[in-house]
Amino acid sequence: MSSEQILSVDRLTMRFGGIVAVQELSFAAEPKKITALIGPNGAGKTTVFNCITGFYKPSGGSIRLTHDDGKVIALERLNDFRIAKQAKVARTFQNIRLFPGMTALENLMVAQHNALMRASGFTLLGLIGAPVYRTAEKRAIDLATEWLKRVNLLDRADDAAGNLAYGDQRRLEIARAMCTEPALLCLDEPAAGLNARESAALSELLLSIRNEQGTSILLIEHDMSVVMEISDHIVVMDHGEKIAQGSPREVRDDPKVIAAYLGADEEEAIAVMESGS
Amino acid sequence: MTAIPHETTHASRTAGIAYILKKSLISALVALVLFSLMVGVRTEAGSDGQLTYWTRFGEVAALVAVVFGGSIVIELLRQWIGPNGTDSLVPPAVRSGMSFLGRYLAPALLIFTFLVPVIFYDQRYILDLAILVLTYVMLGWGLNVVVGLAGLLDLGYVAFYAVGAYSYALLATNFGWSFWICLPLAGTLAAFWGVLLGFPVLRLRGDYLAIVTLAFGEIIRLVIINWQSLTGGPNGVSSIPRPSFFGIPLDNSDNGLAARLGIEYSPTHRIVFLFYVILALALLTNWVTIRLRRLPIGRAWEALREDEVACRALGINTTTTKLTAFATGAMFGGFAGAFFATRQGFISPESFTFQESALVLAIVVLGGMGSQLGVALAALAMIGGFELFRGLENYRMLVFGMAMVLIMIWRPRGLIGHRAPTVYLTKAKAISSDLVKEGHG
Repeated sequence: MSSEQILSVDRLTMRFGGIVAVQELSFAAEPKKITALIGPNGAGKTTVFNCITGFYKPSGGSIRLTHDDGKVIALERLNDFRIAKQAKVARTFQNIRLFPGMTALENLMVAQHNALMRASGFTLLGLIGAPVYRTAEKRAIDLATEWLKRVNLLDRADDAAGNLAYGDQRRLEIARAMCTEPALLCLDEPAAGLNARESAALSELLLSIRNEQGTSILLIEHDMSVVMEISDHIVVMDHGEKIAQGSPREVRDDPKVIAAYLGADEEEAIAVMESGS
Repeated sequence: MTAIPHETTHASRTAGIAYILKKSLISALVALVLFSLMVGVRTEAGSDGQLTYWTRFGEVAALVAVVFGGSIVIELLRQWIGPNGTDSLVPPAVRSGMSFLGRYLAPALLIFTFLVPVIFYDQRYILDLAILVLTYVMLGWGLNVVVGLAGLLDLGYVAFYAVGAYSYALLATNFGWSFWICLPLAGTLAAFWGVLLGFPVLRLRGDYLAIVTLAFGEIIRLVIINWQSLTGGPNGVSSIPRPSFFGIPLDNSDNGLAARLGIEYSPTHRIVFLFYVILALALLTNWVTIRLRRLPIGRAWEALREDEVACRALGINTTTTKLTAFATGAMFGGFAGAFFATRQGFISPESFTFQESALVLAIVVLGGMGSQLGVALAALAMIGGFELFRGLENYRMLVFGMAMVLIMIWRPRGLIGHRAPTVYLTKAKAISSDLVKEGHG
C-alpha cells in the first residue's frame, strides 16, 4: 500500500443470506482529503460504512487503514469499538444517535471516554480525586468547549441533546465524533434534512475539519450541492458495485452515473446535472 | 412527545363537564359489565356438590357508583394538577417552593437520620424499623447503579444480597473471622458473582435480560437450599457473630464496651451501633455512586443506557462497561447482605426470595431511576409505609397497590424523574425525564 492512501478497500463483499449488498468493491481514500460515496438509494453505501466501522463483518475482501506513522490496521479483523478506539475511525449515523438525555457537553465528554479512562487510572485515581485526573478532565472540557464553539453550539452546552433542533443535533454528532480525535471521519448523510443555509454551513465545517485538523473524511451524501462543492474524490455505487470514480467534474459528466441516477430517480438525476452546470 | 398530553388537557378543559361525565359514564359502564359477573353472581359448591348461586346487585351498584364518582374525581384532579409532561402548568410559586424544598430536603433528611437514635433511643421498634429502612435504601442505591444508571433491568438482585449474607455467615461461623474482615470479602465475592452473571447476559436486552437475571436469583436460592453440607439448607445458618466495635464486643461481659466505658449495659447500645454501621455503609454507597457518575465510567454507564450502538461507535468497550455496572451494584448488595446476616444473627434461604428483588426494584423505579434522593424517599415510603399500615392487616396490600398505581399515573418516571447533568459549563440544568432513556438491556 502506498502512503498516499489512508483507507484502502479491496474487493469488499457483503452478503446477507442470498442477497449481495456489496459486490467486490474496491476504492481508496487519500489522507487529508474528502472522499464521497454516492449512489442511488439501496446502492449499498451504508453497508460499506458499516463494514468499515465494524458494525458488519464483511463476507469477503479487505479494508486497510494506514495511520500517519505508517502503521497499517486490518479493519475487517477488529470489533466495532476497537475500530473507534485503536484504528481511530469515528462515525456518525444516518438517523442521528446522540445520547438524548445527556447534555451537549456530556455527549462530548463521553466521546473522550478512553482518554479519560486512562487518566482516571481506570476509575481508581478518579475516585480518590487525584489531581492527574482533574487536569485531564479540565483538558477534556476544554476540548469539548472548543468543538462546541466550532459547531456554534456553545450557548446550548448545558441543554439536553434531545432538546436541540434537528440541524444542531447533526452538528453536535459531528462534534462528538471529532472529540474522539479520529484519523478518519465517516459521515453518513450529514446534510439529510438540513435546509440550504444549514447545508452551506455544514460544507464549511467539513472543509475546516479537513484543512485545520487534517482529518480525512469519508462521506455518504445525497445532497449533490454539498458533495460537488467539498469532495476531492467521488466514488459512485449502484447495486452494490462501483460504477465510476474520480474528481467531481469527471463523475458529473460520466454517462454511467447519469444513467444510474436517471434509472433510479429522475429528480436525483436532474439534481446531479444541475449542480454540475 | 409532549404535544399529545398538552392537546388532551386542552381538549378536556374546553369540553369541560360534559367530557368528564361522558368519560365517567363509560368507566361506570365497563365496571358494570365486569362487576356484574365478578361480584354480581356468587357461585359456590353446595352441600351435595351441586352448584348454588345467588345474586348481589346491591354490591354491584355500590361498586359502579364508586367507579363513577372516582373517575369524576380523577378527571378533576387531572385538570388541576395536569398530567405528566405538563410541568409548565404548575404555577411558578409552587415550582419555586418545590425547588426550595428539593434543595434542602436531602440535607434535612440526612441530619434527621443522624439524630434518629438520639430521638428514639427508648423506642426499640422505631430503631429496628430505621435499620430496616436504611438496609433497603442501601440495596436501592446499589441496584440503582445497574438499573438506573446503566439501564440494565436486573430482577435477580437478591442473589447478591444472599451471596453477601452467606459469605459473612459461613466465614464467621466456620473460621471465626470478624465482621470487619468479612465485610470487604462479602462485597468482593458478590461482585465476582455479579461479573459471573454479567457474562452470559451481555448480549441480552430488555425482557430477555430480566428473565435471565430472575432465573439467576432463583438459582442462587436453590443452590443455597440444596447444598446442605455447606449452607445448612433450609435450616439456614444460626448463631452468626454480632459485629464488634473494632474488636470490643458490645455485650454484657467484663470486657464489653459498656463495662470499659463504665456505663450501665443496655441492649440498645448494639442496636444504635448497628444503626450507625448501616448508615455509614449506605452513605458510602451513595458517595461512591455520586462520585462514579462524574467519572468516565459513570458517564459511559449512562451513555450505554441512552444508546449502546453510539457507545460502540465512540470506542467504548460495552462489555466491560456492563460488567463493571453489574459488579459495582452486586458489591453494594453484598455489603448489605453481610450487614443483614450480622444484624439478624440467623439467615435462611427464605429471606432471599424473588419478592425481595421485586421490592428493591420497585423502590428504584418508584424513586425515579438514577435519582439518589428519590430512591431514599421511595425506600422510606415503601418500607416505612408498609409498617405503618401493619395494623390494617388485610388492607395494607390494597392501599399499597393503590398508592403504586396512583404514583405511576402521575409520576410515571418516579418521584424524582429528572436527571442532573454530571458536568456543566455555565449552569447545571435539570434534564426532563421525557428525554432520558430507560435503557433496553
